[in-house]
Amino acid sequence: MTRFSPVLALMLLTLAGAPALAVNPNEQLANPAQESRALALSRGLRCVVCQNQSIDESNADLARDMRLVVRQRITAGDSDDQVVKFLVDRYGDFVTLKPPLKVTTYALWFGPALFLLGALGAGRAFYRRRPAKGAAPGPLTAEEQRRLDGLLKDSS
Amino acid sequence: MNRAVFLIPLVVFFTLAAFFAERLVALRHGDAPNLLPSMLINKPVPAFALSPMPGHGGSLSSADIKGQVTLVNFFGSWCVACAAEHPFLVGIKKSGIVPIFGVDWRDDPVKGAEWLSRHGDPYTKIGLDPDSKVAIDFGVTGAPETFVIDAAGVIRYKQTGPITAEVWESTLLPLIKELRK
Repeated sequence: MTRFSPVLALMLLTLAGAPALAVNPNEQLANPAQESRALALSRGLRCVVCQNQSIDESNADLARDMRLVVRQRITAGDSDDQVVKFLVDRYGDFVTLKPPLKVTTYALWFGPALFLLGALGAGRAFYRRRPAKGAAPGPLTAEEQRRLDGLLKDSS
Repeated sequence: MNRAVFLIPLVVFFTLAAFFAERLVALRHGDAPNLLPSMLINKPVPAFALSPMPGHGGSLSSADIKGQVTLVNFFGSWCVACAAEHPFLVGIKKSGIVPIFGVDWRDDPVKGAEWLSRHGDPYTKIGLDPDSKVAIDFGVTGAPETFVIDAAGVIRYKQTGPITAEVWESTLLPLIKELRK
C-alpha cells in the first residue's frame, strides 16, 4: 500500500485538474452567486466562432468577450432569461446549445419519440401477422395419417 | 402481406439521398450551413458610439449611419481575409458608389492604423471596437463581415466573409441600387 500511494496521489491530482475553470480569473465576478450564474449560463451558450464549444470552454477571443457580456448583463441586474434573450436577439437560437422548444423545433424534440412509436407499431403488426411459434399443429389430414401409419409400419 | 410495404425503405432511401444531394450542391454554391443567418436583417442599426482611430478622423457612431445607403464593414489588422478583401473596398471608395464605415474590431489601434496606411483607407469613418461590444450588438461572428444599411438606418443584408467581385456584382450592387429607389 505504501508503494501504491504515490501513484494514487498522482491519479487523484489529475482528477483535481479536470474541473478547472475555463474562465480567466480576471473575468470572474466578485459576487460568488452571480459568478456561478454566469458560469451556468456560459456553459449553455454556444461559441459562434468554434460552434461546437460553449463560450465557457472556448479560447476564441469572441467567446471571451461574450463571457464578459454575460457577466456585465448579470451585474446590470438581468435575469438568466434576459441574458440568454440578449444573445439570442443578436445571434439567433443557434447561440443556445440546447435548442428551445417551439413550433419550428417540434420535429427535433418529438421526432425521435415518433420514430420509436412507429417502429414499435410496425414491429407489433409484423409479429401479429406471423403464426405464433408455440401453437399446437392442427390434426393430421387423412392423407398424412396414412403416410404416418406406413412409416411406422416400415420401421417396426 | 402487402407488397408496397417493402418499397417504404427504398422510398425513404431515395428521399434522403435527394435531400443530401441538394445540400451538397447548395454547399458548392456558397450556401454553407456554418454561416449563421443574421438576426438583424430588417432591424434598425443598434445604437453605438465608438472611439476614433488616431489619425483617421472623428469617431463613428450609429447617428452617422443614416440618411443614405451605406456599408458597415467589420475588419481587423489581424484578419487575413480582410486583407484579401481590402483592395476591393479601396476600389469602391474610389468609384464613390457607396460610403463604407469601418469598425476596427478587437484590434490594436496602432496596428490598425499601420495596416490602413499600408493597404489604403477605404473608410469614410472608422470606429474602434476593442472588446466586441458593437460586434456582438451586430451579431458578428467573424471578420470580415459587411452590413448593407438603407437610408432609414435599417440593416438590409449581411455579407459574411470577404466581398469579392462576384458577390459585389451579383448581390451587393443590385441591392444598393434597389435600396436607393
